[in-house]
Amino acid sequence: MTEPVDPATTETMEPVPPPVSVVSTLIHVIFSRPATIVAVAIIVAFIFLAVFAPWIAPYDPVQQSILATNLSPTADHLVGTDQFGRDVLSRLIYGSRNSLIFGLVSPVLAAFFGTILGVTAGYFGGIPDRLISRVIDLLLAFPELLLAILIAAALGGGFWNIVAVLTVAFIPGFARVARATTLAVKQEPYVEAAVAVGLRTPMIIFRHVIPNIAAPIVVLITLWVASAIRLEASLSFLGMGTQAPNPSWGNIIRDGLNNLFGSPWPIVGAGLLITLIVLSFNLVGDALRDALDPDTSK
Amino acid sequence: MSGLIRAEGLGKTFGGTTGWLSGKSDSVRAVDGVSLEVARGETLALVGESGCGKSTLGRLLLRLIDPTEGSVWFEGRDIASLGASEMRRMRQRLQIIFQDPFGSLSPRRTINQIISEPLEVFNVVKGRKARRERVAELLTKVGLPPGYMDRLPRQFSGGQRQRIGIARAIALNPAFIVADEPVSALDVSIQAQIINLMQDLQRDAGFSYLFISHDLAVVRHIADRVAVMYLGRIVEIGSKRQIYSVPQHPYTQALLSAAPEPEVDTVSSRIILEGDVPNPSALPTGCTFHTRCPIAQEVCRVKRPSLDEVAPNQFAACHFAKPNPIPIG
Repeated sequence: MTEPVDPATTETMEPVPPPVSVVSTLIHVIFSRPATIVAVAIIVAFIFLAVFAPWIAPYDPVQQSILATNLSPTADHLVGTDQFGRDVLSRLIYGSRNSLIFGLVSPVLAAFFGTILGVTAGYFGGIPDRLISRVIDLLLAFPELLLAILIAAALGGGFWNIVAVLTVAFIPGFARVARATTLAVKQEPYVEAAVAVGLRTPMIIFRHVIPNIAAPIVVLITLWVASAIRLEASLSFLGMGTQAPNPSWGNIIRDGLNNLFGSPWPIVGAGLLITLIVLSFNLVGDALRDALDPDTSK
Repeated sequence: MSGLIRAEGLGKTFGGTTGWLSGKSDSVRAVDGVSLEVARGETLALVGESGCGKSTLGRLLLRLIDPTEGSVWFEGRDIASLGASEMRRMRQRLQIIFQDPFGSLSPRRTINQIISEPLEVFNVVKGRKARRERVAELLTKVGLPPGYMDRLPRQFSGGQRQRIGIARAIALNPAFIVADEPVSALDVSIQAQIINLMQDLQRDAGFSYLFISHDLAVVRHIADRVAVMYLGRIVEIGSKRQIYSVPQHPYTQALLSAAPEPEVDTVSSRIILEGDVPNPSALPTGCTFHTRCPIAQEVCRVKRPSLDEVAPNQFAACHFAKPNPIPIG
């Protein structure tokens, strides 16, 4: 080499900091916002409740007691009892299991399938794009709840049916975002560079496209977690989700509504929990979005 | 002069398809029947205004874009007609250096991953450890400390990133490199360093460059031969000395007269071109330059001039190019 490291290079090389991981950026973003700290705490508590429900719940959630119906909160029943004398607190704690499973499983599945469809449409264009995009447009024409009701009515209730219903309802959102971001990433010179060094198309997609569209997808998952919990509650409320006597926040509200004048406590308890969880996931989603952006994170 | 890569009647038309949903779109003739040859070890500069098809031509030669007509002969084969897997194998020999030092490196991959990717694809260096050693060698070659290979691109400056891009391009010992405005995005102080680096690497390895640029001062420094492009066609091609001292095509003359002169005492008469570059989706008839040409005649509107030899190895596509040129000052 006739030219060693030039002065301009060495000068700017020295202050180069070591790479900062996404995790540490995320921790920094979370702890700089008090509301997000609270949201994370709520989500952690929520997961803890769901996992350890049998040990935490004071009563059997389906155990009826004809002698203790429609009780207001007491020392024995902290959130009172419903019209069958079941302990509302225990039902809420067990109900969190359904909400957690539906809330996490369907968005993750939808993200998986939606990303496959969206990346295929965006990267290859042409006929695959037309086919996928038209189907997505068709699905997007229905509000998620309506779509979920349609599919649930056709398939019936049951755990996997509800998961399938929510997944299908969420796929269009993920596919749209994946397609749009893929179209943008595909124009980047680094994708052309990967073609120029002879990388095969599947490897280009896995190495260069998906990592660079992952951030919005991950953020979308957290936002859809909140929606999934809300939708599961709505479906259960409409009698198409979790079936009685098993508790879920949705059917607790449904049962409570029929017995509103007997006791308002099931509705108040479940309504508050849904609001809290949905809000928390949305706040965490915002924090994730800021942490995952490669240009704003340092 | 032994030819390394040769384009014959190479053309690319974008759009112009009629879709049943999208309707009819205007076609744009980005590259229009270009024939040229790059010799082993030489640097052919491709100059012209932005939008004249320089970058498209560079990508056609590497088949990063599929041509709509013509052929590209490289090492005895027409790469325009190769199958996908044969073309991929050919990519070891054909590389590109990009204009944008920021967009050309994947933001989530380390320098080591970026530079070792071609080595991995063609399995020329086996094993992760051996590849790291090769990457360290390549980084040293392009003037970067190898200790930084596990950093991400965003931690480097524009000039440093361009060095990383160059290291990736030379990793497989290619025979031909298209450099697509490699320094136009850099600070002037860094430009010279990168140009010198590119020349040093060429001297060591003996590959050829197609050096795409609109900066005539940079071209004068690095080029062996110069091709001038206007609206998708080569209007003049010749040695650097011929193009800079005895340009035959009025467009070349106008381009040169617009470039700043390093000597203070030269009085140069500037040729001012009237009007804008015509819309490439509606090319003028005859000579495409006639709408702006200071010496255009009736024949220029009607007849397309062919690229004729006006001096030994100097070709110009102008009806009024003189066969025996007198140097202009």
